[in-house]
Amino acid sequence: MIVVCYLASAVAIVSALMVITQRSAMHALLNLILMLLALALVFLALGAPFVAMFQVAIYAGAVMVLFVFVVMMLNLGPLAERQESRWLGAGVWAIPATLTVALLVAACYALASAAGTRIPATVVGPKQVGLSLYRDYLIAVELASLLLVAGLVGAFHLAPPRRPSAEAPPSTDGQPAAGEAGDE
Amino acid sequence: MSEAAQVPAATLLGIALALFLIGLLGVMVRRNLLFVLMSLEIMLSSAALAFVAAAARWRQPDGQVMVLLILVAAAAEVGVGLSIVLRLYHRFETVDGDEISRMRG
Repeated sequence: MIVVCYLASAVAIVSALMVITQRSAMHALLNLILMLLALALVFLALGAPFVAMFQVAIYAGAVMVLFVFVVMMLNLGPLAERQESRWLGAGVWAIPATLTVALLVAACYALASAAGTRIPATVVGPKQVGLSLYRDYLIAVELASLLLVAGLVGAFHLAPPRRPSAEAPPSTDGQPAAGEAGDE
Repeated sequence: MSEAAQVPAATLLGIALALFLIGLLGVMVRRNLLFVLMSLEIMLSSAALAFVAAAARWRQPDGQVMVLLILVAAAAEVGVGLSIVLRLYHRFETVDGDEISRMRG
């Protein structure tokens, strides 16, 4: 299980790097899906099967479908990729990357000097999570549903207005709403 | 699944931190708003990884509950954020975050 955990983590980190360095939005999106699936595998290896399934169904499923719809709708072609190449010179990367790596090194040093506890081999199954969710965190669940409704209303309100012309406009307001409703 | 995971907790926190910093780097460097949103997703899921690691460390379900709440927050954020991106694209014909800064008020 430890091999699965490390391998999936490595895949997640590499694909996350691919996401932020990719020129084309669609390729970045596919790498992001790969990262989320790898993280789901890490969750499974850590003994959290419920969250792993949620990750696959909601994150890699619903949310990413939303992203795919929007990327398709924006229809950014090779022109946008050339623009990206122009934006992403080495100079743009230099300072943020240096700062980030410095932060990572410092934090890794702090973590390495901390007391090494190992994660015990127990599976916290859906039953325990469900009991905790609906007993201790009932208010949080209600607030989460409220947040989803707020997101639904916000997405509906912000979506581009429907053009009154006869030819069907790219009706965008339905898509986020569908994704949101699916999550609840 | 009953077999030992036995991963050091610090290693998992380091992995979560690395993912978070990658997402942060993406937010800092990219100008395309779609990529910024994707980097935000990376950051949110790295937080989820830290929560799952903590939940596994103490054998409690609370961390997993927090991950579910993170998922809900991410879903709401993506819905609103993507509609804002679409709206801006319809108005300005670009998804460049810097270009949109000329919008005042």
